[in-house]
Amino acid sequence: MTVIVTQSLTKRYPRVTALDRLTVDITPGVTGLVGANGAGKSTLIKILLGLSPATEGDARVLGLDVATEGPAIRERVGYMPEHDCLPPDVSATEFVVHMARMSGLPPTAARERTADTLRHVGLYEERYRPMGGYSTGMKQRVKLAQALVHDPRLVLLDEPTNGLDPVGRDHMLDLIRRVHTDFGISVLVTSHLLGELERTCDHVVVVDGGRLLRSSSTSDFTQATAALAVEVTDTDAHPDGGAALLAALTTAGIAARPASAEGGLPGAGHVLLVEVAGEETYDLVRDAVADLGLGLVRMEQRQHHIAEVFQQHDSDTKGGSGHAG
Amino acid sequence: MQADPTHPGGGTSDTPGHAASIHNIGYRSYEGARLGRGYARRSLFAQSLRGGYGLGRSARSKVTPMLLFGIMCVPALVVVAVAIATGVDELPVDYRAYASFLAPVIGLYLAAMAPQSVSRDLRFRTVPLYFSRPIERVDYVLAKYAAMAAALFVFTAVPLLVLYAGALLGELDFAEQTRDLALGLVSVAVLSLVYAGIGLVVAALTPRRGFGVAAIIAVLTIPYFAVTTVQFIASESGGDGTAAVGWLGLASPGTLMSGFQAKFLGAPSDFPGRVVPSDAAGLCYLLLVLALVAGSYAVLMARYRKAGL
Ligand SMILES: Nc1ncnc2c1ncn2[C@@H]1O[C@H](COP(=O)(O)OP(=O)(O)OP(=O)(O)O)[C@@H](O)[C@H]1O
Ligand SMILES: [Mg+2]
Repeated sequence: MTVIVTQSLTKRYPRVTALDRLTVDITPGVTGLVGANGAGKSTLIKILLGLSPATEGDARVLGLDVATEGPAIRERVGYMPEHDCLPPDVSATEFVVHMARMSGLPPTAARERTADTLRHVGLYEERYRPMGGYSTGMKQRVKLAQALVHDPRLVLLDEPTNGLDPVGRDHMLDLIRRVHTDFGISVLVTSHLLGELERTCDHVVVVDGGRLLRSSSTSDFTQATAALAVEVTDTDAHPDGGAALLAALTTAGIAARPASAEGGLPGAGHVLLVEVAGEETYDLVRDAVADLGLGLVRMEQRQHHIAEVFQQHDSDTKGGSGHAG
Repeated sequence: MQADPTHPGGGTSDTPGHAASIHNIGYRSYEGARLGRGYARRSLFAQSLRGGYGLGRSARSKVTPMLLFGIMCVPALVVVAVAIATGVDELPVDYRAYASFLAPVIGLYLAAMAPQSVSRDLRFRTVPLYFSRPIERVDYVLAKYAAMAAALFVFTAVPLLVLYAGALLGELDFAEQTRDLALGLVSVAVLSLVYAGIGLVVAALTPRRGFGVAAIIAVLTIPYFAVTTVQFIASESGGDGTAAVGWLGLASPGTLMSGFQAKFLGAPSDFPGRVVPSDAAGLCYLLLVLALVAGSYAVLMARYRKAGL
């Protein structure tokens, strides 16, 4: 059973191609849609809601055709926009009740479900106050609540962690995880950070310039991209400690490359990115550093950045077109 | 996904008794009715109509509409009190003239409430939340238009009912009063449709705070004063000028209403020299009224096409 299927989906605006022959297949669960600014994430969501016609190709949401069955899709799907959408002079309760009724819930059910949903997203006494006084975190929760209030089968969340501090971001991501595990609702969530979605999603789809770069389960992803950043000092015996370690690791059969190849951080010449094959990699690196007599400045799990995935992908496929999952 | 095993809160305990215990209830799915577009449209209409009087909003939002509504009704109450006390055999104001007598109050009400109704959703970008639901653009526009027109109708029709009640208490001629009231209600119904369209279009095109209010007042007053001035000059010059008075009335919303009801509803003419539009001009009044209503609807539809997502 699939939740979203797209087939060669293309959206062209007069000046840009926002989506370029995108073919993906999204199963129930939490799916991350990752891409840089302008990658086409919001465009895809508008098409999936049946609000913006595709230029070419087709898409089905919950088995319904986006081109002809938009109204039926919008009855079963919830949507959280990336931008602000809350009037400041009404309370969260009034607002969500109204939105529940716009989704077709009778008055009593609208009130009950609003109370439940606001509690589930973690909004308590504040829900009776005008939303103008809410923090960004509270506003994001109300936006999520209005997308969930009619108990949809799928929610489309456009950058829900936007503007949140690290703690708020973690709360939001936990909440999103629960939307699936506790509420049984499938989720498509967009972000421009792969790292933050890894923990939350079962499956990640990466798009760039409207094209599919990669679509795979999160575990595949982590394996393919898990990297250890190792920084060493130079010694008299090894004037370029990094190069020496790289040679030693390569001999030991461990894939590693200098981080400077990414055009990354200052002083990155001393940092190696080591591919983690398993637990033993850590021991092997430690031993190699000790054998060479180098000083170990740091050894840490790298946060994955989209750029890194892109780069790996490019070297994997040598510029070939994306492979669908 | 329907038989999703990861759906622990699958029960449908929607009974009121359950809602009382608010601690540690897991997620409850909703299996109840989903009433769809028609219901959503009616709900939006009701909410917007109530909003037109600040009902369901903060106490502060009630001040302006309720104050204006009070001002709108006071003259009717005074007229009735005087009429009953002095035992006149005819009300001193015509049902059909009451709205033009209080036109500035109606204009202020429209200027205050039309932006409330539509600009807020545009300014705070709430519109995409509607259109990502079963409710469609047509439903949204129809509900907003109907609610604004209904709010204006309440605003203008209630004072007429006050007059009527007074007329009956004063034992004036029942048949004549009822007929005049009916014509008066038709006249304010037409006014409500036309003004609601103009107000909403101007408000939807100027979503910035405050601008909508000023723009609506400008659209209602500036052409009105221009037209009445030119009409006065034309009427003074006599001859062809007098005939022109009727045609000139087409050029502002206020004079359009006066000419329309003078021609079709037997109202006393407000125009200089008590001119009533000719038959040809009258036809144009009718067509213009219809065109304004249809045009307002079309402009609103176009406006929300862009506001989609
Ligand atoms: N209505 C439109 N008219 C013309 N171009 C558009 C329109 N909407 C989007 N685009 C263009 O399509 C491309 C994809 O935009 P989209 O909003 O889908 O990106 P995104 O992945 O959501 O980016 P962000 O992370 O900034 O939200 C961009 O180049 C954007 O400028
Ligand atoms: Mg976007």
